[in-house]
Amino acid sequence: MTAAAPTKTPHETQYEAVIGLETHCQLSTNTKIFSNSSTEFGATPNTNIDPICMGLPGVLPVLNQKVLEYAVKLGLALNCQIAPYSKFDRKQYFYPDLPKNYQISQFDLPIAEHGWLEIELIDDDGNPQRKRIGVTRAHMEEDAGKLVHAGSDRLAGSTHSLVDYNRAGVPLLEIVSEPDIRSGREAAEYGQEIRRIVRYLGVCDGNMQEGSMRCDVNISIRPVGQEKFGTKVEIKNMNSFSAIARAIDYEIERQTQAIETGSETIVQETRLWDENLQCTKSMRSKEGSSDYRYFPEPDLTPLEVPAEQVQGWKAELPELPREKRHRYQEELGLSAYDTRVLTEDVDVTAYFDAALTAGADVKQAANWVMGDLTAYAKEQKLSFADLALTPETLAELIGLIADGTISGKIAKEVLPELLEKGGSAKELVESKGLIQISDEGELEAIIDKLLADNPDKVEQYRAGKTKLQGFFVGQVMKATSGRADPKLTNKLLVPKLKG
Amino acid sequence: MLEREEVKKVAHLARLALTEDETDAFTGQLAQILDYVEQLNELDTDEVAPTAHAIDMRNVTRPDDLENYEHREDLLNAAPAREGDFIRVPKIL
Repeated sequence: MTAAAPTKTPHETQYEAVIGLETHCQLSTNTKIFSNSSTEFGATPNTNIDPICMGLPGVLPVLNQKVLEYAVKLGLALNCQIAPYSKFDRKQYFYPDLPKNYQISQFDLPIAEHGWLEIELIDDDGNPQRKRIGVTRAHMEEDAGKLVHAGSDRLAGSTHSLVDYNRAGVPLLEIVSEPDIRSGREAAEYGQEIRRIVRYLGVCDGNMQEGSMRCDVNISIRPVGQEKFGTKVEIKNMNSFSAIARAIDYEIERQTQAIETGSETIVQETRLWDENLQCTKSMRSKEGSSDYRYFPEPDLTPLEVPAEQVQGWKAELPELPREKRHRYQEELGLSAYDTRVLTEDVDVTAYFDAALTAGADVKQAANWVMGDLTAYAKEQKLSFADLALTPETLAELIGLIADGTISGKIAKEVLPELLEKGGSAKELVESKGLIQISDEGELEAIIDKLLADNPDKVEQYRAGKTKLQGFFVGQVMKATSGRADPKLTNKLLVPKLKG
Repeated sequence: MLEREEVKKVAHLARLALTEDETDAFTGQLAQILDYVEQLNELDTDEVAPTAHAIDMRNVTRPDDLENYEHREDLLNAAPAREGDFIRVPKIL
Protein backbone atom coordinates (compact mmCIF):
# COMPACT_ATOMS: atom_id res chain seq x y z
CA MET A 1 0.00 0.00 0.00
CA THR A 2 1.55 3.27 -1.03
CA ALA A 3 -1.03 5.91 -0.25
CA ALA A 4 -2.25 6.09 3.32
CA ALA A 5 -5.93 6.90 3.34
CA PRO A 6 -6.44 10.31 4.91
CA THR A 7 -8.73 10.17 7.87
CA LYS A 8 -11.35 12.83 8.36
CA THR A 9 -10.21 15.60 10.67
CA PRO A 10 -11.98 18.83 11.54
CA HIS A 11 -10.61 21.79 9.62
CA GLU A 12 -10.61 25.38 10.80
CA THR A 13 -11.04 26.89 7.37
CA GLN A 14 -14.10 25.82 5.44
CA TYR A 15 -13.21 24.55 2.00
CA GLU A 16 -15.40 23.86 -0.96
CA ALA A 17 -14.71 21.61 -3.89
CA VAL A 18 -14.98 22.85 -7.46
CA ILE A 19 -15.74 19.90 -9.71
CA GLY A 20 -16.33 19.45 -13.41
CA LEU A 21 -16.95 16.21 -15.30
CA GLU A 22 -15.95 15.02 -18.75
CA THR A 23 -18.31 12.27 -19.81
CA HIS A 24 -17.75 10.08 -22.85
CA CYS A 25 -20.87 8.42 -24.21
CA GLN A 26 -20.57 5.75 -26.88
CA LEU A 27 -23.28 6.41 -29.44
CA SER A 28 -25.38 3.31 -30.20
CA THR A 29 -24.83 3.14 -33.93
CA ASN A 30 -24.36 -0.05 -35.96
CA THR A 31 -21.16 1.20 -37.54
CA LYS A 32 -18.16 3.30 -36.66
CA ILE A 33 -18.06 7.06 -36.85
CA PHE A 34 -16.09 7.24 -40.11
CA SER A 35 -16.27 3.70 -41.57
CA ASN A 36 -18.69 0.78 -42.09
CA SER A 37 -17.21 -1.66 -39.55
CA SER A 38 -19.31 -2.94 -36.66
CA THR A 39 -19.26 -1.32 -33.21
CA GLU A 40 -20.21 -4.57 -31.48
CA PHE A 41 -18.75 -4.99 -27.98
CA GLY A 42 -16.83 -8.11 -27.04
CA ALA A 43 -16.00 -9.38 -30.54
CA THR A 44 -12.83 -11.37 -31.22
CA PRO A 45 -9.92 -8.87 -31.21
CA ASN A 46 -9.34 -7.03 -34.47
CA THR A 47 -12.35 -8.39 -36.33
CA ASN A 48 -14.18 -5.05 -36.64
CA ILE A 49 -11.38 -3.30 -38.45
CA ASP A 50 -10.97 -1.69 -41.85
CA PRO A 51 -8.44 0.51 -43.65
CA ILE A 52 -10.09 3.71 -42.35
CA CYS A 53 -10.05 2.97 -38.64
CA MET A 54 -6.58 1.43 -39.05
CA GLY A 55 -5.32 4.68 -40.51
CA LEU A 56 -4.01 3.33 -43.79
CA PRO A 57 -2.78 5.89 -46.30
CA GLY A 58 -5.15 7.13 -48.96
CA VAL A 59 -8.43 6.33 -47.22
CA LEU A 60 -11.31 8.76 -46.88
CA PRO A 61 -13.32 8.90 -43.65
CA VAL A 62 -16.99 9.87 -44.06
CA LEU A 63 -19.19 10.88 -41.14
CA ASN A 64 -21.93 8.45 -40.10
CA GLN A 65 -25.26 10.31 -40.44
CA LYS A 66 -26.62 8.54 -37.34
CA VAL A 67 -23.73 9.91 -35.27
CA LEU A 68 -24.65 13.44 -36.30
CA GLU A 69 -28.32 12.81 -35.52
CA TYR A 70 -27.58 11.34 -32.07
CA ALA A 71 -25.10 14.11 -31.26
CA VAL A 72 -27.61 16.82 -32.16
CA LYS A 73 -30.41 15.07 -30.24
CA LEU A 74 -28.22 14.68 -27.16
CA GLY A 75 -27.11 18.30 -27.49
CA LEU A 76 -30.74 19.40 -27.64
CA ALA A 77 -31.65 17.21 -24.64
CA LEU A 78 -28.83 18.95 -22.77
CA ASN A 79 -30.39 22.32 -23.63
CA CYS A 80 -27.42 23.23 -25.80
CA GLN A 81 -27.25 25.52 -28.77
CA ILE A 82 -26.54 23.50 -31.89
CA ALA A 83 -23.66 25.06 -33.78
CA PRO A 84 -24.67 26.69 -37.06
CA TYR A 85 -21.18 25.81 -38.29
CA SER A 86 -19.13 22.97 -36.90
CA LYS A 87 -16.06 21.03 -38.00
CA PHE A 88 -13.70 18.20 -37.11
CA ASP A 89 -10.07 18.60 -36.10
CA ARG A 90 -7.04 16.39 -35.74
CA LYS A 91 -5.64 16.01 -32.25
CA GLN A 92 -2.08 14.75 -32.53
CA TYR A 93 -0.52 12.38 -30.04
CA PHE A 94 1.55 9.25 -30.20
CA TYR A 95 0.17 6.21 -28.48
CA PRO A 96 -0.35 2.78 -30.04
CA ASP A 97 -4.09 2.78 -29.29
CA LEU A 98 -4.38 5.29 -32.10
CA PRO A 99 -3.10 3.90 -35.41
CA LYS A 100 -3.19 7.23 -37.25
CA ASN A 101 -1.20 9.07 -34.54
CA TYR A 102 -4.03 11.54 -34.36
CA GLN A 103 -7.59 11.36 -33.11
CA ILE A 104 -10.35 12.92 -35.15
CA SER A 105 -12.18 15.11 -32.66
CA GLN A 106 -13.72 18.57 -32.50
CA PHE A 107 -11.70 21.43 -31.08
CA ASP A 108 -12.94 25.01 -31.35
CA LEU A 109 -16.27 24.49 -33.10
CA PRO A 110 -18.07 21.63 -31.32
CA ILE A 111 -21.51 20.52 -32.47
CA ALA A 112 -23.22 21.70 -29.26
CA GLU A 113 -22.46 24.36 -26.61
CA HIS A 114 -23.88 26.37 -23.71
CA GLY A 115 -26.33 23.88 -22.22
CA TRP A 116 -27.38 22.66 -18.80
CA LEU A 117 -29.02 19.76 -17.09
CA GLU A 118 -30.89 19.55 -13.82
CA ILE A 119 -29.97 17.19 -11.02
CA GLU A 120 -32.39 16.31 -8.24
CA LEU A 121 -31.21 15.11 -4.85
CA ILE A 122 -33.65 14.11 -2.13
CA ASP A 123 -32.99 15.64 1.31
CA ASP A 124 -33.53 13.96 4.68
CA ASP A 125 -37.16 15.14 4.77
CA GLY A 126 -37.88 13.57 1.39
CA ASN A 127 -38.01 16.90 -0.42
CA PRO A 128 -36.45 17.31 -3.86
CA GLN A 129 -33.40 19.58 -4.04
CA ARG A 130 -32.91 20.67 -7.64
CA LYS A 131 -29.79 22.24 -9.09
CA ARG A 132 -28.74 23.18 -12.59
CA ILE A 133 -25.29 22.08 -13.77
CA GLY A 134 -23.96 23.91 -16.81
CA VAL A 135 -22.86 21.98 -19.89
CA THR A 136 -19.97 23.78 -21.55
CA ARG A 137 -19.95 21.75 -24.73
CA ALA A 138 -20.54 18.39 -26.37
CA HIS A 139 -18.41 17.20 -29.25
CA MET A 140 -18.14 14.18 -31.52
CA GLU A 141 -14.96 12.13 -31.70
CA GLU A 142 -13.63 8.66 -32.38
CA ASP A 143 -12.69 6.20 -29.65
CA ALA A 144 -9.23 4.61 -29.55
CA GLY A 145 -8.23 0.94 -29.52
CA LYS A 146 -7.58 -1.16 -26.47
CA LEU A 147 -4.14 -2.13 -25.18
CA VAL A 148 -3.36 -5.35 -23.39
CA HIS A 149 -0.07 -5.22 -21.53
CA ALA A 150 1.67 -8.54 -21.93
CA GLY A 151 4.15 -10.02 -19.48
CA SER A 152 2.43 -8.37 -16.53
CA ASP A 153 -1.05 -7.31 -15.51
CA ARG A 154 0.39 -3.86 -15.01
CA LEU A 155 1.82 -1.44 -17.50
CA ALA A 156 5.04 -0.94 -15.56
CA GLY A 157 6.21 -4.57 -15.69
CA SER A 158 5.14 -5.40 -19.22
CA THR A 159 7.59 -6.51 -21.89
CA HIS A 160 5.41 -5.50 -24.85
CA SER A 161 1.79 -4.61 -25.56
CA LEU A 162 -0.93 -6.12 -27.70
CA VAL A 163 -3.48 -3.92 -29.42
CA ASP A 164 -7.09 -4.61 -30.32
CA TYR A 165 -8.51 -1.99 -32.70
CA ASN A 166 -12.14 -3.11 -32.55
CA ARG A 167 -12.94 0.00 -30.51
CA ALA A 168 -10.90 2.36 -32.71
CA GLY A 169 -13.33 4.61 -34.53
CA VAL A 170 -16.33 3.81 -32.35
CA PRO A 171 -18.36 7.04 -32.12
CA LEU A 172 -18.27 9.03 -28.90
CA LEU A 173 -19.93 12.18 -27.71
CA GLU A 174 -17.83 13.90 -25.07
CA ILE A 175 -19.87 16.09 -22.72
CA VAL A 176 -17.95 18.68 -20.70
CA SER A 177 -19.65 20.21 -17.66
CA GLU A 178 -19.10 23.62 -16.15
CA PRO A 179 -17.29 23.54 -12.77
CA ASP A 180 -20.67 23.78 -11.02
CA ILE A 181 -20.49 20.57 -9.02
CA ARG A 182 -19.59 20.79 -5.32
CA SER A 183 -19.63 17.25 -3.91
CA GLY A 184 -19.19 13.59 -4.76
CA ARG A 185 -22.93 13.08 -4.38
CA GLU A 186 -23.73 15.85 -6.87
CA ALA A 187 -21.17 14.45 -9.32
CA ALA A 188 -22.66 10.96 -9.11
CA GLU A 189 -26.15 12.39 -9.64
CA TYR A 190 -24.93 14.42 -12.63
CA GLY A 191 -23.53 11.22 -14.15
CA GLN A 192 -26.76 9.35 -13.47
CA GLU A 193 -28.83 12.11 -15.05
CA ILE A 194 -26.70 11.91 -18.21
CA ARG A 195 -27.21 8.17 -18.22
CA ARG A 196 -30.97 8.59 -17.87
CA ILE A 197 -31.01 11.14 -20.70
CA VAL A 198 -29.00 9.00 -23.13
CA ARG A 199 -31.14 5.96 -22.31
CA TYR A 200 -34.38 7.90 -22.74
CA LEU A 201 -33.08 9.08 -26.10
CA GLY A 202 -31.81 5.62 -26.99
CA VAL A 203 -28.52 7.10 -28.23
CA CYS A 204 -26.21 5.24 -25.78
CA ASP A 205 -26.71 2.21 -23.55
CA GLY A 206 -25.01 3.92 -20.58
CA ASN A 207 -23.18 0.74 -19.57
CA MET A 208 -20.21 1.78 -17.41
CA GLN A 209 -18.86 -1.75 -16.97
CA GLU A 210 -18.46 -2.20 -20.71
CA GLY A 211 -17.09 1.34 -20.98
CA SER A 212 -19.88 2.71 -23.15
CA MET A 213 -20.13 5.53 -20.64
CA ARG A 214 -16.99 6.87 -18.95
CA CYS A 215 -16.55 9.82 -16.59
CA ASP A 216 -13.37 11.74 -15.80
CA VAL A 217 -13.39 14.22 -12.95
CA ASN A 218 -11.60 17.56 -12.62
CA ILE A 219 -11.42 18.72 -9.03
CA SER A 220 -9.83 21.46 -6.95
CA ILE A 221 -10.64 22.94 -3.58
CA ARG A 222 -10.64 26.51 -2.33
CA PRO A 223 -11.58 28.30 0.89
CA VAL A 224 -15.27 29.16 0.88
CA GLY A 225 -15.70 32.71 -0.40
CA GLN A 226 -12.56 32.68 -2.54
CA GLU A 227 -13.23 33.20 -6.21
CA LYS A 228 -9.96 31.95 -7.64
CA PHE A 229 -9.79 28.22 -8.35
CA GLY A 230 -7.20 26.04 -6.62
CA THR A 231 -4.83 23.69 -8.46
CA LYS A 232 -6.90 21.14 -10.30
CA VAL A 233 -6.37 17.42 -10.42
CA GLU A 234 -7.91 15.03 -12.92
CA ILE A 235 -9.23 11.66 -11.70
CA LYS A 236 -9.83 8.74 -14.04
CA ASN A 237 -10.62 5.05 -13.87
CA MET A 238 -13.93 5.00 -12.01
CA ASN A 239 -16.40 2.46 -13.36
CA SER A 240 -19.48 3.19 -11.28
CA PHE A 241 -21.29 6.26 -10.00
CA SER A 242 -20.59 5.32 -6.40
CA ALA A 243 -16.87 5.07 -7.27
CA ILE A 244 -17.07 8.62 -8.67
CA ALA A 245 -18.59 9.86 -5.40
CA ARG A 246 -16.03 8.01 -3.29
CA ALA A 247 -13.06 9.13 -5.41
CA ILE A 248 -14.20 12.74 -5.09
CA ASP A 249 -14.75 12.51 -1.34
CA TYR A 250 -11.29 10.97 -0.97
CA GLU A 251 -9.72 13.66 -3.14
CA ILE A 252 -11.42 16.52 -1.25
CA GLU A 253 -10.03 15.15 1.99
CA ARG A 254 -6.56 14.61 0.53
CA GLN A 255 -6.37 18.12 -0.91
CA THR A 256 -7.76 19.72 2.23
CA GLN A 257 -5.17 17.94 4.36
CA ALA A 258 -2.41 18.89 1.94
CA ILE A 259 -3.32 22.55 2.25
CA GLU A 260 -3.95 22.49 5.98
CA THR A 261 -0.89 20.54 7.07
CA GLY A 262 1.48 21.19 4.19
CA SER A 263 2.10 17.44 4.07
CA GLU A 264 2.24 17.50 0.28
CA THR A 265 1.95 20.00 -2.52
CA ILE A 266 -1.02 19.72 -4.82
CA VAL A 267 0.24 19.53 -8.38
CA GLN A 268 -1.73 19.56 -11.58
CA GLU A 269 -1.74 15.90 -12.56
CA THR A 270 -3.83 12.91 -13.48
CA ARG A 271 -4.67 10.50 -10.69
CA LEU A 272 -6.20 7.05 -10.99
CA TRP A 273 -8.89 5.75 -8.66
CA ASP A 274 -7.83 2.45 -7.12
CA GLU A 275 -11.01 0.53 -6.36
CA ASN A 276 -9.21 -2.04 -4.21
CA LEU A 277 -7.42 0.46 -2.02
CA GLN A 278 -10.20 3.06 -2.18
CA CYS A 279 -7.83 5.90 -2.90
CA THR A 280 -6.49 7.98 -5.79
CA LYS A 281 -2.92 7.50 -6.94
CA SER A 282 -0.71 9.74 -9.00
CA MET A 283 -0.22 8.49 -12.54
CA ARG A 284 3.34 9.00 -13.64
CA SER A 285 2.99 12.27 -15.51
CA LYS A 286 3.52 12.28 -19.26
CA GLU A 287 6.81 13.73 -20.37
CA GLY A 288 6.42 17.39 -21.16
CA SER A 289 3.14 19.20 -21.37
CA SER A 290 0.72 17.98 -23.97
CA ASP A 291 0.88 19.78 -27.26
CA TYR A 292 -1.91 18.40 -29.38
CA ARG A 293 -1.36 20.75 -32.34
CA TYR A 294 -4.99 20.68 -33.39
CA PHE A 295 -5.75 21.58 -36.98
CA PRO A 296 -8.88 21.27 -39.12
CA GLU A 297 -9.43 17.74 -40.48
CA PRO A 298 -9.02 18.10 -44.23
CA ASP A 299 -10.71 14.77 -45.05
CA LEU A 300 -14.08 15.72 -43.57
CA THR A 301 -16.34 18.54 -44.66
CA PRO A 302 -17.62 21.15 -42.21
CA LEU A 303 -21.14 20.75 -40.88
CA GLU A 304 -23.98 23.20 -41.19
CA VAL A 305 -27.00 21.33 -39.94
CA PRO A 306 -30.01 23.03 -41.51
CA ALA A 307 -32.39 24.62 -39.00
CA GLU A 308 -35.30 22.50 -40.31
CA GLN A 309 -33.27 19.37 -39.67
CA VAL A 310 -32.52 20.46 -36.10
CA GLN A 311 -36.21 21.23 -35.58
CA GLY A 312 -37.16 17.85 -37.01
CA TRP A 313 -34.84 16.03 -34.60
CA LYS A 314 -36.06 18.20 -31.75
CA ALA A 315 -39.63 17.13 -32.49
CA GLU A 316 -38.54 13.50 -32.14
CA LEU A 317 -37.21 13.94 -28.60
CA PRO A 318 -39.18 11.98 -26.00
CA GLU A 319 -40.29 13.44 -22.67
CA LEU A 320 -36.98 13.80 -20.84
CA PRO A 321 -36.18 12.74 -17.24
CA ARG A 322 -36.39 16.28 -15.87
CA GLU A 323 -39.78 16.88 -17.51
CA LYS A 324 -41.01 13.55 -16.21
CA ARG A 325 -39.89 14.30 -12.65
CA HIS A 326 -41.66 17.64 -12.67
CA ARG A 327 -44.84 16.13 -14.09
CA TYR A 328 -44.91 13.17 -11.70
CA GLN A 329 -44.42 15.41 -8.68
CA GLU A 330 -46.33 18.52 -9.64
CA GLU A 331 -49.19 17.04 -11.68
CA LEU A 332 -49.54 13.48 -10.41
CA GLY A 333 -48.71 14.27 -6.79
CA LEU A 334 -46.11 11.51 -6.45
CA SER A 335 -43.35 11.84 -3.84
CA ALA A 336 -39.79 12.69 -4.87
CA TYR A 337 -38.77 9.18 -3.84
CA ASP A 338 -41.44 7.40 -5.91
CA THR A 339 -40.67 9.68 -8.83
CA ARG A 340 -37.02 8.73 -8.64
CA VAL A 341 -37.81 5.03 -8.66
CA LEU A 342 -40.32 5.31 -11.51
CA THR A 343 -38.19 7.53 -13.76
CA GLU A 344 -34.87 5.72 -13.34
CA ASP A 345 -35.51 3.17 -16.09
CA VAL A 346 -36.96 4.31 -19.39
CA ASP A 347 -38.93 1.07 -19.83
CA VAL A 348 -40.44 1.33 -16.34
CA THR A 349 -41.52 4.92 -16.83
CA ALA A 350 -42.97 4.11 -20.25
CA TYR A 351 -44.89 1.20 -18.73
CA PHE A 352 -46.21 3.35 -15.88
CA ASP A 353 -47.29 6.11 -18.27
CA ALA A 354 -49.04 3.57 -20.52
CA ALA A 355 -50.93 2.17 -17.51
CA LEU A 356 -52.09 5.70 -16.64
CA THR A 357 -53.14 6.31 -20.23
CA ALA A 358 -55.18 3.10 -20.03
CA GLY A 359 -57.01 4.61 -17.08
CA ALA A 360 -55.15 3.24 -14.05
CA ASP A 361 -55.23 5.15 -10.78
CA VAL A 362 -51.88 6.93 -10.22
CA LYS A 363 -51.14 5.70 -6.69
CA GLN A 364 -52.30 2.15 -7.40
CA ALA A 365 -50.31 1.93 -10.62
CA ALA A 366 -47.22 3.32 -8.86
CA ASN A 367 -47.55 0.73 -6.08
CA TRP A 368 -48.00 -2.21 -8.42
CA VAL A 369 -45.15 -1.10 -10.71
CA MET A 370 -42.68 -0.39 -7.90
CA GLY A 371 -43.76 -3.43 -5.88
CA ASP A 372 -44.85 -6.74 -7.38
CA LEU A 373 -43.98 -5.94 -11.00
CA THR A 374 -40.45 -4.72 -10.25
CA ALA A 375 -39.84 -7.73 -8.00
CA TYR A 376 -40.98 -10.08 -10.78
CA ALA A 377 -38.97 -8.31 -13.49
CA LYS A 378 -35.84 -8.44 -11.33
CA GLU A 379 -36.32 -12.09 -10.47
CA GLN A 380 -36.91 -13.05 -14.11
CA LYS A 381 -34.25 -10.60 -15.35
CA LEU A 382 -36.82 -9.07 -17.68
CA SER A 383 -37.16 -5.55 -18.95
CA PHE A 384 -40.54 -3.94 -18.38
CA ALA A 385 -40.86 -3.79 -22.15
CA ASP A 386 -40.87 -7.60 -22.19
CA LEU A 387 -43.48 -8.26 -19.48
CA ALA A 388 -46.35 -10.47 -20.66
CA LEU A 389 -48.63 -8.44 -18.39
CA THR A 390 -49.29 -5.34 -20.48
CA PRO A 391 -49.82 -1.90 -18.92
CA GLU A 392 -53.40 -2.06 -20.25
CA THR A 393 -54.01 -5.29 -18.32
CA LEU A 394 -52.52 -3.74 -15.19
CA ALA A 395 -54.97 -0.85 -15.59
CA GLU A 396 -57.76 -3.37 -16.06
CA LEU A 397 -56.74 -5.25 -12.90
CA ILE A 398 -56.61 -2.03 -10.89
CA GLY A 399 -60.02 -1.12 -12.30
CA LEU A 400 -61.46 -4.49 -11.19
CA ILE A 401 -60.37 -3.75 -7.63
CA ALA A 402 -61.71 -0.21 -7.77
CA ASP A 403 -65.15 -1.24 -9.00
CA GLY A 404 -65.40 -4.06 -6.46
CA THR A 405 -65.27 -6.93 -8.96
CA ILE A 406 -62.34 -8.47 -7.09
CA SER A 407 -60.58 -7.74 -3.81
CA GLY A 408 -56.95 -6.66 -3.56
CA LYS A 409 -56.18 -10.07 -2.19
CA ILE A 410 -57.62 -11.83 -5.23
CA ALA A 411 -55.70 -9.44 -7.46
CA LYS A 412 -52.46 -10.55 -5.82
CA GLU A 413 -53.53 -14.15 -6.29
CA VAL A 414 -54.07 -13.89 -10.04
CA LEU A 415 -51.02 -11.68 -10.59
CA PRO A 416 -48.43 -14.48 -11.02
CA GLU A 417 -50.45 -16.03 -13.84
CA LEU A 418 -50.96 -12.66 -15.52
CA LEU A 419 -47.26 -11.86 -15.22
CA GLU A 420 -46.36 -15.17 -16.77
CA LYS A 421 -48.98 -15.52 -19.46
CA GLY A 422 -50.53 -12.11 -19.93
CA GLY A 423 -54.07 -11.98 -21.27
CA SER A 424 -57.14 -10.25 -19.91
CA ALA A 425 -57.42 -9.81 -16.14
CA LYS A 426 -61.20 -9.82 -16.28
CA GLU A 427 -61.42 -13.04 -18.28
CA LEU A 428 -58.98 -14.73 -15.93
CA VAL A 429 -60.88 -13.90 -12.73
CA GLU A 430 -64.16 -14.86 -14.39
CA SER A 431 -62.83 -18.17 -15.67
CA LYS A 432 -61.43 -18.96 -12.23
CA GLY A 433 -64.70 -18.02 -10.54
CA LEU A 434 -62.90 -15.39 -8.50
CA ILE A 435 -65.38 -12.58 -9.01
CA GLN A 436 -66.04 -10.90 -5.72
CA ILE A 437 -69.35 -11.63 -4.03
CA SER A 438 -71.02 -8.25 -3.75
CA ASP A 439 -74.54 -9.58 -3.61
CA GLU A 440 -76.05 -8.52 -0.28
CA GLY A 441 -78.47 -11.44 -0.08
CA GLU A 442 -75.82 -14.03 -0.76
CA LEU A 443 -73.44 -12.56 1.81
CA GLU A 444 -76.21 -12.13 4.37
CA ALA A 445 -77.09 -15.80 4.14
CA ILE A 446 -73.47 -16.76 4.77
CA ILE A 447 -73.18 -14.38 7.71
CA ASP A 448 -76.44 -15.59 9.24
CA LYS A 449 -75.31 -19.21 9.09
CA LEU A 450 -71.96 -18.28 10.62
CA LEU A 451 -73.58 -16.48 13.54
CA ALA A 452 -75.94 -19.40 14.12
CA ASP A 453 -72.98 -21.85 14.12
CA ASN A 454 -70.99 -19.81 16.65
CA PRO A 455 -73.38 -18.69 19.37
CA ASP A 456 -70.61 -18.58 22.02
CA LYS A 457 -68.45 -16.19 19.96
CA VAL A 458 -71.47 -13.97 19.31
CA GLU A 459 -72.09 -13.90 23.04
CA GLN A 460 -68.47 -12.90 23.75
CA TYR A 461 -68.63 -10.17 21.14
CA ARG A 462 -71.74 -8.72 22.66
CA ALA A 463 -70.07 -8.86 26.07
CA GLY A 464 -67.44 -6.43 24.74
CA LYS A 465 -64.86 -8.60 22.97
CA THR A 466 -65.29 -6.63 19.75
CA LYS A 467 -61.97 -7.88 18.39
CA LEU A 468 -63.88 -11.01 17.40
CA GLN A 469 -65.15 -9.08 14.38
CA GLY A 470 -61.93 -10.13 12.69
CA PHE A 471 -62.70 -13.75 13.38
CA PHE A 472 -66.10 -13.48 11.69
CA VAL A 473 -64.68 -11.61 8.67
CA GLY A 474 -62.08 -14.33 8.38
CA GLN A 475 -64.75 -17.00 8.47
CA VAL A 476 -66.75 -15.26 5.75
CA MET A 477 -63.61 -15.13 3.59
CA LYS A 478 -62.95 -18.78 4.29
CA ALA A 479 -66.49 -19.72 3.36
CA THR A 480 -66.25 -17.77 0.09
CA SER A 481 -62.63 -18.67 -0.77
CA GLY A 482 -61.72 -15.02 -0.26
CA ARG A 483 -64.30 -13.78 -2.72
CA ALA A 484 -66.50 -11.84 -0.30
CA ASP A 485 -66.40 -8.06 -0.78
CA PRO A 486 -64.57 -7.04 2.43
CA LYS A 487 -66.26 -3.64 2.71
CA LEU A 488 -69.75 -5.04 2.23
CA THR A 489 -69.01 -7.94 4.57
CA ASN A 490 -68.12 -5.54 7.37
CA LYS A 491 -71.10 -3.38 6.63
CA LEU A 492 -73.49 -6.32 6.88
CA LEU A 493 -71.71 -8.11 9.70
CA VAL A 494 -71.47 -5.39 12.34
CA PRO A 495 -75.23 -4.68 12.79
CA LYS A 496 -75.94 -8.43 12.93
CA LEU A 497 -73.22 -8.99 15.54
CA LYS A 498 -74.48 -6.13 17.66
CA GLY A 499 -77.90 -7.78 17.44
CA MET B 1 13.65 33.58 -37.82
CA LEU B 2 13.36 29.86 -37.10
CA GLU B 3 15.53 28.70 -34.21
CA ARG B 4 17.28 25.35 -33.89
CA GLU B 5 15.44 24.76 -30.64
CA GLU B 6 12.10 24.98 -32.42
CA VAL B 7 13.21 22.42 -34.99
CA LYS B 8 14.28 20.13 -32.16
CA LYS B 9 10.92 20.54 -30.47
CA VAL B 10 8.97 19.80 -33.64
CA ALA B 11 11.19 16.79 -34.30
CA HIS B 12 10.53 15.54 -30.79
CA LEU B 13 6.76 15.97 -31.17
CA ALA B 14 6.92 14.03 -34.44
CA ARG B 15 9.13 11.37 -32.79
CA LEU B 16 11.96 12.03 -35.24
CA ALA B 17 15.54 11.47 -34.10
CA LEU B 18 17.71 14.06 -35.82
CA THR B 19 21.48 14.26 -35.73
CA GLU B 20 23.09 17.65 -35.08
CA ASP B 21 23.94 17.94 -38.78
CA GLU B 22 20.39 17.10 -39.79
CA THR B 23 19.05 19.63 -37.32
CA ASP B 24 21.23 22.30 -38.91
CA ALA B 25 20.18 21.28 -42.41
CA PHE B 26 16.47 21.22 -41.60
CA THR B 27 16.62 24.51 -39.71
CA GLY B 28 17.87 26.13 -42.90
CA GLN B 29 15.42 24.37 -45.19
CA LEU B 30 12.40 24.95 -42.99
CA ALA B 31 13.33 28.60 -42.61
CA GLN B 32 13.35 28.96 -46.39
CA ILE B 33 9.94 27.34 -46.68
CA LEU B 34 8.52 29.58 -43.99
CA ASP B 35 9.96 32.66 -45.68
CA TYR B 36 8.34 31.61 -48.92
CA VAL B 37 4.94 31.09 -47.29
CA GLU B 38 5.42 34.38 -45.48
CA GLN B 39 4.62 36.14 -48.77
CA LEU B 40 0.95 35.36 -48.10
CA ASN B 41 1.03 37.93 -45.31
CA GLU B 42 1.31 40.66 -47.94
CA LEU B 43 -2.38 40.13 -48.67
CA ASP B 44 -4.97 41.92 -46.59
CA THR B 45 -7.30 39.17 -45.28
CA ASP B 46 -9.13 41.22 -42.65
CA GLU B 47 -12.39 40.89 -44.57
CA VAL B 48 -11.96 37.21 -45.47
CA ALA B 49 -13.66 34.60 -43.29
CA PRO B 50 -11.37 31.78 -42.14
CA THR B 51 -11.93 28.50 -43.95
CA ALA B 52 -11.58 25.01 -42.56
CA HIS B 53 -11.63 23.31 -45.92
CA ALA B 54 -10.24 23.84 -49.40
CA ILE B 55 -13.36 22.56 -51.14
CA ASP B 56 -16.65 24.35 -50.61
CA MET B 57 -18.73 21.39 -49.48
CA ARG B 58 -20.91 20.82 -46.42
CA ASN B 59 -22.63 17.99 -44.56
CA VAL B 60 -21.18 15.00 -46.35
CA THR B 61 -22.40 11.93 -44.47
CA ARG B 62 -23.04 8.24 -45.12
CA PRO B 63 -25.85 5.97 -43.90
CA ASP B 64 -25.24 3.77 -40.84
CA ASP B 65 -25.09 0.57 -42.88
CA LEU B 66 -22.91 -2.29 -41.73
CA GLU B 67 -20.38 -3.62 -44.19
CA ASN B 68 -17.57 -5.80 -42.90
CA TYR B 69 -14.17 -5.35 -44.47
CA GLU B 70 -13.22 -8.56 -46.22
CA HIS B 71 -9.45 -8.50 -45.92
CA ARG B 72 -8.87 -8.59 -42.19
CA GLU B 73 -5.86 -10.87 -42.53
CA ASP B 74 -4.18 -8.44 -44.88
CA LEU B 75 -4.65 -5.62 -42.40
CA LEU B 76 -3.17 -7.63 -39.54
CA ASN B 77 -0.29 -8.90 -41.67
CA ALA B 78 0.51 -5.38 -42.82
CA ALA B 79 1.40 -4.41 -39.26
CA PRO B 80 5.10 -4.52 -38.32
CA ALA B 81 4.42 -7.27 -35.76
CA ARG B 82 1.49 -9.53 -35.10
CA GLU B 83 0.62 -11.94 -32.30
CA GLY B 84 -2.44 -14.06 -33.03
CA ASP B 85 -5.47 -11.79 -33.24
CA PHE B 86 -3.47 -8.84 -31.91
CA ILE B 87 -1.03 -6.34 -33.25
CA ARG B 88 2.11 -6.36 -31.18
CA VAL B 89 3.82 -3.10 -30.22
CA PRO B 90 6.88 -2.28 -28.12
CA LYS B 91 6.17 -1.72 -24.47
CA ILE B 92 5.07 1.77 -23.56
CA LEU B 93 6.95 4.00 -21.09
